[in-house]
Amino acid sequence: MKTEVLFFGIIVDITGKNRMEIDNCIDTFSIKTAIINEFPKLCNYKFVMTVRNQIVSDNKILNNGDVVAFLPPFAGG
Amino acid sequence: MEGQEKIKNSSVLVIGAGGLGCPVLQYLTALGVGTIGIVDHDIISESNLQRQVLYYQTDINKSKVEIAVERLGKQNPNVKFIKYFVQLTNKNALEILKDYDIVIDGTDNFATRYLINDACAILKKPLVFGAIHKFEGQVSVFHYKDDANSTGVNYRDMFPIPPSPEEAPNCSEIGVIGVLPGIIGTLQATEVLKIITGIGKVLSGELLFMNALEMQFYKVEVSVLDQTTVFSIDEYKNFDYGQFCILNEKEPVSEISVTDLKNILESDRFNLQLIDVRELNELPVVAELIDINIPLSQINEYVSKIDNQKKVILICKSGVRSKMAILKLQRDFGLKNLHSLKGGLIEWLNFNNVL
Repeated sequence: MKTEVLFFGIIVDITGKNRMEIDNCIDTFSIKTAIINEFPKLCNYKFVMTVRNQIVSDNKILNNGDVVAFLPPFAGG
Repeated sequence: MEGQEKIKNSSVLVIGAGGLGCPVLQYLTALGVGTIGIVDHDIISESNLQRQVLYYQTDINKSKVEIAVERLGKQNPNVKFIKYFVQLTNKNALEILKDYDIVIDGTDNFATRYLINDACAILKKPLVFGAIHKFEGQVSVFHYKDDANSTGVNYRDMFPIPPSPEEAPNCSEIGVIGVLPGIIGTLQATEVLKIITGIGKVLSGELLFMNALEMQFYKVEVSVLDQTTVFSIDEYKNFDYGQFCILNEKEPVSEISVTDLKNILESDRFNLQLIDVRELNELPVVAELIDINIPLSQINEYVSKIDNQKKVILICKSGVRSKMAILKLQRDFGLKNLHSLKGGLIEWLNFNNVL
C-alpha cells in the first residue's frame, strides 16, 4: 500500500518537498517514524498530523487512498 | 442596507499593521466599519514596502500606526480610528481588547499570537487569525460562538504548545512573496464581514491552508478539546509569554536597559563591543550603536569575531532575536560576557526621541 504524505510550512524547508509517497505503512505511527527517520531535524518542530483532513492524536490505521499531512503552526505576518 | 448599518455599528481591533494588517485595514476602512483600533509598536523599514502596501518610500522610520491612520482617514473619513503605539503584552491586552467586537491577529511571532488567543478566550471575542510562511498562509476564526457551538474552537485546540522562536524566523529572515499577505489578509477581512453581517458560513472549526505556488487550498477540521483550558485573568497576567516562547528553557539571559547602555557608552566605550544580530539588509541603520553585524542565522560561523575580553551587547530590532542569539552562544560556546539590549533598537530610538 502506498500512502501520499503532504508537508506544509516550515516542514517543507526541512524535507525539501511538499509531498512524497511512502510504501507499506499501516498506521500513522509508522508513517511518523519513517518520516522522522528520514528527516531527523523534524524532532525539533511542532506539528499535527491529519488523515483525510482530520487531526489524529492517537495512532490510526490507514486505508488505501488516505492522504496524511504534516501541519505546523505559522507565525509570520 | 441592514448589513451596512451593522458594519457601521461594529468595532474591530487590528493587531499588527504589517503585511496582513495593511490589506485588512484597507478593506475594513472601505467597507465603513464604525470603529477600527490599530495596535503596532513598529516603525516602517524599507524591507516592509514589498508587501505592506499602505506605506511609501518616504515613510521609512516613521510609526506604522501613525501613517496607517493618516492614509486610512483620507480613504474614509467616517471611520473612527484609535491608535495604540504600544507593544501588546499580557499586561495590557485585556484592557485594549475588551471594547471591540472582533479581534484580528496580523502579528509576526508566536508569543504574541498565543497571548492574543488566550485573551480572546478569556473575553470570549471572535478572533480572526491569519499567518504566513514563505509561499503559504493559514486562516481561521477562533472563539466564535454559533448555534452548534457555545464556546468556539481555541487556537490551542490545534496547537496546544507554543513553538520556540527558532521554529518561526521572521519575514525578513525567510522572505515571503509580497502578494501572499495580500491574499491572506483579504481572506481575513472576508471573515470579519461575514461575522458582522451574519452572511455565509464563518471559517470556524476549520483551519484553512493556502499554497500560492501550487494555488491550492487545504482545509483541516479542528474540534474543541476538553483538555484545553482557559486562563483566569490572574493566571493570564502572570504568565510569562516571552520566556515561554523563548526555547521553553530557564537559562538566564542578561539584559541591559537603554539608559544603562547610554551611560556605558559615555563612560567606558572602549571596553564595549556592540553586535547587530539582525539580517544584513534590515533597517534602520543606527551607526553609533553598531560595531559589527553578525546575523542570527550565521552566528555559529562568526563566533570568533565576538570579543571575549569586552562587555558584549547584542542588539536587534525589538530585543527578542538578541536574546535567542545569546541563548545559542551561551549553550554552544559557553560565552559568559553577553548582554541583550532590552527592547532593541525600537526602544533605543524611542529613548533618544528619534521616533
